[in-house]
Amino acid sequence: MNKIRVLVGKPGLDGHDRGAKVVARALRDAGMEVIYTGIRQTPEDIVNTALEEDVNIIGLSILSGAHMKLCEKVLKLLKEKDADIPVFLGGIIPEDDIPTLKEIGIVEVFGPGTPLETIISKVKEIVYSKKA
Amino acid sequence: MYQDKKLIEISEKKKKWEETTLKKTLERFPERKKHFKTTYNEEVKRLYTPEDIKNIDYLEDIGFPGEYPFTRGVQPTMYRGRFWTMRQYAGFASAEESNKRYKYLLEQGQTGLSVAFDLPTQIGYDSDHSMSEGEVGKVGVAIDSLKDMEILFDGIPLDKVSVSMTINSTASILLSMLIAVAEKQGVEQEKLRGTIQNDILKEYIARGTYVFPPEPSMKVIVDIFEYGSKNLPKFNLISISGYHIREAGANAVQEVAFTLADGLAYVEAAVKAGLDPNIFGKNLSFFFNAHNNFIEEIAKFRAARKLWAKLMKNKFNVTNPAALRLKFHTQTAGSTLTAQQPLNNIIRVTLQALAAVLGGTQSLHTNSYDEALGLPTELSATIALRTQQIIAYESGVTETIDPFAGSYVIESLTKDIEEKAMKYIEKIEEMGGMVRAIENGYVQKEILNSAYETQLSIENSEQIIVGLNKFTVEEEHNGTILKVDPIVEEKQKEKLKNLRKERNNDEVKKNLLKLENAAKNNENIMPYILDAVKSYATLGEITNVLRDVFGEYHEAVIL
Repeated sequence: MNKIRVLVGKPGLDGHDRGAKVVARALRDAGMEVIYTGIRQTPEDIVNTALEEDVNIIGLSILSGAHMKLCEKVLKLLKEKDADIPVFLGGIIPEDDIPTLKEIGIVEVFGPGTPLETIISKVKEIVYSKKA
Repeated sequence: MYQDKKLIEISEKKKKWEETTLKKTLERFPERKKHFKTTYNEEVKRLYTPEDIKNIDYLEDIGFPGEYPFTRGVQPTMYRGRFWTMRQYAGFASAEESNKRYKYLLEQGQTGLSVAFDLPTQIGYDSDHSMSEGEVGKVGVAIDSLKDMEILFDGIPLDKVSVSMTINSTASILLSMLIAVAEKQGVEQEKLRGTIQNDILKEYIARGTYVFPPEPSMKVIVDIFEYGSKNLPKFNLISISGYHIREAGANAVQEVAFTLADGLAYVEAAVKAGLDPNIFGKNLSFFFNAHNNFIEEIAKFRAARKLWAKLMKNKFNVTNPAALRLKFHTQTAGSTLTAQQPLNNIIRVTLQALAAVLGGTQSLHTNSYDEALGLPTELSATIALRTQQIIAYESGVTETIDPFAGSYVIESLTKDIEEKAMKYIEKIEEMGGMVRAIENGYVQKEILNSAYETQLSIENSEQIIVGLNKFTVEEEHNGTILKVDPIVEEKQKEKLKNLRKERNNDEVKKNLLKLENAAKNNENIMPYILDAVKSYATLGEITNVLRDVFGEYHEAVIL
């Protein structure tokens, strides 16, 4: 099987990228191809890059509280482009936002303190279950 | 500090102790870990003795508080005279909401304000800009124009309360707004006390709220220095910040090294522009993180203070003691707080705050225990403030100056951190200075490596985080988290629309044009920004003018 291709994106204005970078590096060390967008990307930037790079999955990192609007936009754009790419989310996400996020289509939400191992295996699980 | 004869005797006795008393115990009870390490990967010794400080000269290396090299503190009496400023970083939603929180905190005994701005304000976008969508009022207060600033400080006397503003790329604009509000309150500029963060270099390294490329950013900072050292003598015109560098994953040595290297870059730029470091040196301040490793942190603060004094003296021939003093604000480490068992964070914050106080901080923010979950509530913010008050009034550590001085381990680590930080600084100088080292990604890469190593050591339980990888429990989260209502964004946009209708738009246009010309002709832009602000030009409009002249920075992505 080909290597899993992951896009790690930071939409919005939040510049705290330690988590995104550490997760990106861990996914890479786990044998995946990782494309990291850098900070301050618009949902359009992220979706376009994801399509250009033909990724299997997108991970977003948001700590500023703007996750609702930004996730909605990313998912909407993916739908418009008919792109069936799963999206997971990490950052400071209040517990009671999670059901809504999952309802609109975010496949998984990782809060602070999530072990890298958990993220790696979940990413594999999501991608493989789609490919199967 | 010890006579040679005595040291030989101590060394011999230590050897004997190791061979007899210690050996027997180790055979029966092996130690918990094979290696005990500092955050910067140096072995922590089992025992520190006078041998470890034999190369330290009390008068040269440690000295007296308020005197060079300031290892024991920048003031001669420290907390016996006055406690540090208790300055909680706060701000959310609208100017009205934040004003209410400030008044509450002041009533609770907070002694200075520290304003958190939302990301659009920090990056120079008005609330109605498309990039601002979803971000308005979220991590701080939304400020679009002088009008918001007037509301923010309504009823807060700016001649009595010092104001710190966490603002960098748009610092010139927010400082101008503060000056304008003060004027309206009848407070002259020279009476204003406070700090603007105004540290752009760490934004490229660690925090990301840059707008312009490094070179014009440095010019704006020098403009602020020049304007401020003439007009705002009591104001700290920069807060050179290691806090975010540490939050991005740096270790204690890197925090000191990269922060002071940033500091040197600012001083160099200002000297190059013809400013006198003996004068503007007094208006520099620093901002550090207080992390978990209690002993190492105390040593870190002492090392930073000593190293800065030496650098200013040796590199820039600074002789004015006031310009040699490294004064600093401290914040406890947000990234060490866990979403798991959040009440444990109160204890983490207490220990970190105590390290900052024992390290001689001038001002302190203690984090609220719920910050890994969301914005602080009034209750969690109050507990955080009370933590400082308990350390100040009840712990006794404030009664004597620098109480850990002379401790073998503290003095040994202080020297160690100083030397290792100096090596980094020399390496950065070889690269051509901090701006270069940032541009080629060296600093970012060093920090990311440390961050990744730390995460791995937590995952394999080399490093224990209580409640996260040991003593874990199943938890249910309760819902008392402060969230910003999306209506704030709508209201803010509405306010902006009205402002653009009501103000004198011809005057705004005229002032913005003057600013554009000044920026193009390399003049000091501060007076022009002040005029634009007074005519109610918005933050976004002013930033746009500068963005057009200076260009915009895009990071080189480093993994």
